[in-house]
Amino acid sequence: MKFRSVFDIIGPVMIGPSSSHTAGAARIGRVARTIFGREPKWAKIHLYGSFAETYRGHGTDVAIVGGLLDFETYDNRIVQSLELAKSYGIDVEFIEEETVMDHPNTVKIHMGDQNGQLELVGVSIGGGKIEIDEINGFKLKLTGEHPAIIVLNNDRFGCIAGVASILAKNEINIGHMQVSRKEKGKLALMVLETDENVEETILQQIESLPNILQVARIVE
Amino acid sequence: MLFKTVRELVDLAEKERKKISHIMIEQEMEVTKKSREEIIERMEKNLQVMENSVQRGLKGVTSRTGLTGGDAVRLQKYIEEGNFLSGEIVLDAVSKAMATNEVNAAMGMICATPTAGSAGVVPGTLFAVKEKLNPTREQMIEYLFTAGAFGFVVANNASISGASGGCQAEIGSASGMAAAAIVEMAGGTPSQSAEAMAITLKNMLGLVCDPVAGLVEVPCVKRNAMGAANAMVGADMALAGIQSRIPCDEVIAAMFKVGQMMPSALRETAQGGLAVTPTGKKYEREIFGNPQRK
Repeated sequence: MKFRSVFDIIGPVMIGPSSSHTAGAARIGRVARTIFGREPKWAKIHLYGSFAETYRGHGTDVAIVGGLLDFETYDNRIVQSLELAKSYGIDVEFIEEETVMDHPNTVKIHMGDQNGQLELVGVSIGGGKIEIDEINGFKLKLTGEHPAIIVLNNDRFGCIAGVASILAKNEINIGHMQVSRKEKGKLALMVLETDENVEETILQQIESLPNILQVARIVE
Repeated sequence: MLFKTVRELVDLAEKERKKISHIMIEQEMEVTKKSREEIIERMEKNLQVMENSVQRGLKGVTSRTGLTGGDAVRLQKYIEEGNFLSGEIVLDAVSKAMATNEVNAAMGMICATPTAGSAGVVPGTLFAVKEKLNPTREQMIEYLFTAGAFGFVVANNASISGASGGCQAEIGSASGMAAAAIVEMAGGTPSQSAEAMAITLKNMLGLVCDPVAGLVEVPCVKRNAMGAANAMVGADMALAGIQSRIPCDEVIAAMFKVGQMMPSALRETAQGGLAVTPTGKKYEREIFGNPQRK
């Protein structure tokens, strides 16, 4: 069941003209911004399928950049986001890709600043609803609809238990969890969707655990 | 989940003697763990957005490209003259559906229902039927929950994305959803709502998504108009006791399969259909030959 709420169908409230190409695109951009945790200095936006074919007319470009600037789908500023990004000194580039992806509305956002980078693949599945399929090369499924923490760690025993026990100590319930790795013993990524927002102090506790490299969060 | 199919939805509503909208609200409470009040309040906000979009469109808007705008107003004037042939409520629904999509094309605020490109059908029919049935605010909110319940089944068993399933998945779904909701508001049974959805969606099967210049303007605005007319007639047929020989869930499944067979040129890529007509290409050159923005 990809669509769980009636508000996925009657909604979102948004700036037109396209739920997949405008609202969905803005949401993917905003999730990327949230995980990155700050305003990027540059962003390379790779568009696939229908996104690549029709992005100008649908405002996909302004919507993704609006999301990167942390705008909601109904924020009027989306319309001027390209000019705004320029005025903030953010270097934005769009690349139309030929590769055929599983879903026609796919975007890869590669963004960064002097302190780090993030690469994220998002899909707009219809009606403004999205899925994040990949973060820094790790396969996963994330909707961005619930609070979540994303943890990059060395692939060693005990990491998951360590993270889980810190959440338990802080009385945070895990609703859904995924672990992903590229190869055994190297790097791993875990995504934990939680019932409550995870505070900054808890993130710091998790970051101080052995073998934990990086922690990001999505708040509701 | 209380229901995954139209069959389950209708059976549950009839067994418990509840409206479909109430089953949808209960399922939402179960899935999101939010209170009835919170859920109804959120839908009320969506209703408010829809009302504002219709009102704004009826004042007259124009998109940046100039391809769309002003037709909702044009049709209202024609209704006022009184020489129309089809029917006042049908034309009012058509005009209000266009009003919404003209606002959408002008990058104004709308509520996607189920998508932005098909945002006009459900509110267009609602604000037209309202003139005759005089519903309470609560019944208007229920209308949206009923439309949402049918859309929920389509989204999970087929598709509501033009890129995946063509326009049948967007305006086709919206028209079926609206027809089902009209039936409930007019006092029909849950089964009649399902028949209305089946009759309406059947007649949208195969509808392609072929936007000129890739914009949600031509033919989207007028397709919302015709979708609203379809929904009104489908609802009337169901209320008259007419049944679809093919059950609603099978119509939805057929729609999904048709979408999978549809070439990508006809699924929101602007590479087929009306998008590649000589005039369609001419508009594309005029609009993007001198890009609006870099």
